[in-house]
Amino acid sequence: MNLHKLLATSTFRLALVYLAIFATSAFALLAFLYWGTTGFMAAQTDETIEAEITGLAEQYVQTGLPGLRQIILARSAESEVSIYLLANGDRSRIAGNLTTWPEGPPTPNGWIDFLYERPTPNGPVLRPARARRFVLPGNFLLLVGRDIGVRRQVEDRITTALGWAGALTVALGLLGGFLFSRNMVSRLDAINRTSREIMAGDLTRRVPLLGNNDELDELAKSLNSMLDQIERLMASMRDVADNIAHDLRSPLNRLRSRIEMALLHPGDPKAAGEVLEGALVEIDGVITTFNALLLIAEAESGALPETQGDVDLAGALRDIVELYEPVAEAKGLTVQAAAREPMPVTGHGALINQALANLVDNAIKYTPEGGVVRLAAYYDAGHPTISVEDSGPGIPGEDRARVLERFVRLERSRHEPGSGLGLSLVAAVARLHRADLTLGDAGPGLRVTIRFPLPRLSLRGARPSALPAPSAAAQTQSS
Amino acid sequence: MQADGGFLNNMRVLLVEDDVDAAHFLEKGLRESGHVVDVAANGVDGLELARGQAYDVAVVDRMLPGLDGLSLVGRLREEGNVTPVLFLSALGEVDDKVKGLKAGGDDYLAKPFAFSELLARMEALVRRRAPESVQTKLTIGALELDRLTRTVTREGKPIDLQPREFLLLEYLMQHGGQVVTRTMLLENVWNYHFDPQTNVIDVHISRLRAKIDKGFAEPLLHTVRGAGYCLRESA
Repeated sequence: MNLHKLLATSTFRLALVYLAIFATSAFALLAFLYWGTTGFMAAQTDETIEAEITGLAEQYVQTGLPGLRQIILARSAESEVSIYLLANGDRSRIAGNLTTWPEGPPTPNGWIDFLYERPTPNGPVLRPARARRFVLPGNFLLLVGRDIGVRRQVEDRITTALGWAGALTVALGLLGGFLFSRNMVSRLDAINRTSREIMAGDLTRRVPLLGNNDELDELAKSLNSMLDQIERLMASMRDVADNIAHDLRSPLNRLRSRIEMALLHPGDPKAAGEVLEGALVEIDGVITTFNALLLIAEAESGALPETQGDVDLAGALRDIVELYEPVAEAKGLTVQAAAREPMPVTGHGALINQALANLVDNAIKYTPEGGVVRLAAYYDAGHPTISVEDSGPGIPGEDRARVLERFVRLERSRHEPGSGLGLSLVAAVARLHRADLTLGDAGPGLRVTIRFPLPRLSLRGARPSALPAPSAAAQTQSS
Repeated sequence: MQADGGFLNNMRVLLVEDDVDAAHFLEKGLRESGHVVDVAANGVDGLELARGQAYDVAVVDRMLPGLDGLSLVGRLREEGNVTPVLFLSALGEVDDKVKGLKAGGDDYLAKPFAFSELLARMEALVRRRAPESVQTKLTIGALELDRLTRTVTREGKPIDLQPREFLLLEYLMQHGGQVVTRTMLLENVWNYHFDPQTNVIDVHISRLRAKIDKGFAEPLLHTVRGAGYCLRESA
């Protein structure tokens, strides 16, 4: 990851903006602190000096030069930090602990900042001082000041501290922004890398997760589940394409052989007629397969506004039973239907009918003579539900998901006519209606339930909230 | 496919189909079944022909160059032309069928179809417009169906039918002498628009046949091989 790229990231820019705002407020706070402490100290020094000058000036007025000199001598002796100098108009010293009048011009208010020599056991040292000049009547000059060495030290310390604090703020801010952006960039890079690998054809790649459940992890999870879905769809499309090719090759091959044989023996109209009839049967089989595929595709595409409407599931079930009952009877099966109350759902009547027909057709096909096919429409915890149950061999648990796929036919059903698309269509219709399709064990036999979503409240009137499950319901013999 | 007994003759048919091979085959088949056929290869020509003369039935492909089938029929209906229209379409989806019927079509047949299916449906469309269909009593030979009392008799002997069997017989008698396909029965008697894999209709027909033909010398309900059924007196 190069620096240039890092600096160009939106995260880093955002970090910079935050740093600027934070640094400004930090500096404002530090400036306030600075002026609050050093300014206060300076003002206090000045006030003390002024008060002392005022006092001394009064003393001069009352006691004259000798009295003032006396006081200055006394104060000079007792204070370490106070500076006094009483001088003549030519600045020659009369009394005080300062030996010479300080160099440099005073401010208009009479303030002077200067350095003075202070005697210590190790010899004299230069120290900063601040004083004010006052002209006494009689052209005498009075200078009162304070040693400000300590104050300067404090000020220096504070300034240094503030400088470091400021520098640290900026440095930490930059470093934080840097690290934060680098983290962001590396994680987004991981996502980008994964996308590129997938685009290059490796659909099994997934975005790595950190496992900390932050928003990037959430994003990665969503992307991964989207990729799972896409991979599944791609795989199923591949399977479907393979299966179509495979399933159509057999009838086409038979067709080809028949026609070839007929061409080998021309001049036999009877044989030719038989060939053509056989060809028609093969072609009809292929057409049926295609129609079923188209219907599944239609249900899966999900957009069928023209045919959406109110469908009474119970009525649909009764009608299908009525249609198939003679077929079942001809095979020696009993059909039982429990569907009394109207059960309205919003859906596609034709597709629901086709799905029901496929289920009943299957049930009849796979139930041996003397068996029972049970159908029911009931509310399962408020969900409109239909179930089709047979007493046939059922479908082993491990095959139940598989049989919903297109063209999947179990070994034992190979000898039965069918395209292997019946249950796929049922599954597609269930998905279209957001209904749950379950293949279960009827012990013995297969039990298929389609559980529709809860009806919207706008649907008509009251409905029984929970009819008992079909096994407990009183069954009406339809035949 | 040879016309078998019950087929109508001499329908004036307008065929609008842009697939030249399909059009040629259909034209030939319809001519051989005794009908008069005019063919248009696009929507504009089709509209022209339909405006120029009266047809018993129009067979219109949905996808046409120039003016598509839906628009063509929409125009005809706007102009007050009530010629029965049968749509042919490679789009066999439920939605497309609904659109076709909404646009003014009377029936809809998805490609690929059996020629006998097309013929039977065309005839049903032409017959449907005949005034006799409002009769309260339908008779074929000695078989009589009373729509008001909902009773059926043959040679005066009452025949007891289930409600759906009654509807089935009623439809067959309405189209007496005509070939009726399994799909037509499923659509018109059961109101189902799908292809049941098992041939459920055959079982219903054999039940009905047992009730109306059993014990009588002459069968009325005939199976037309490769096409469907026909209710008629034997020639």
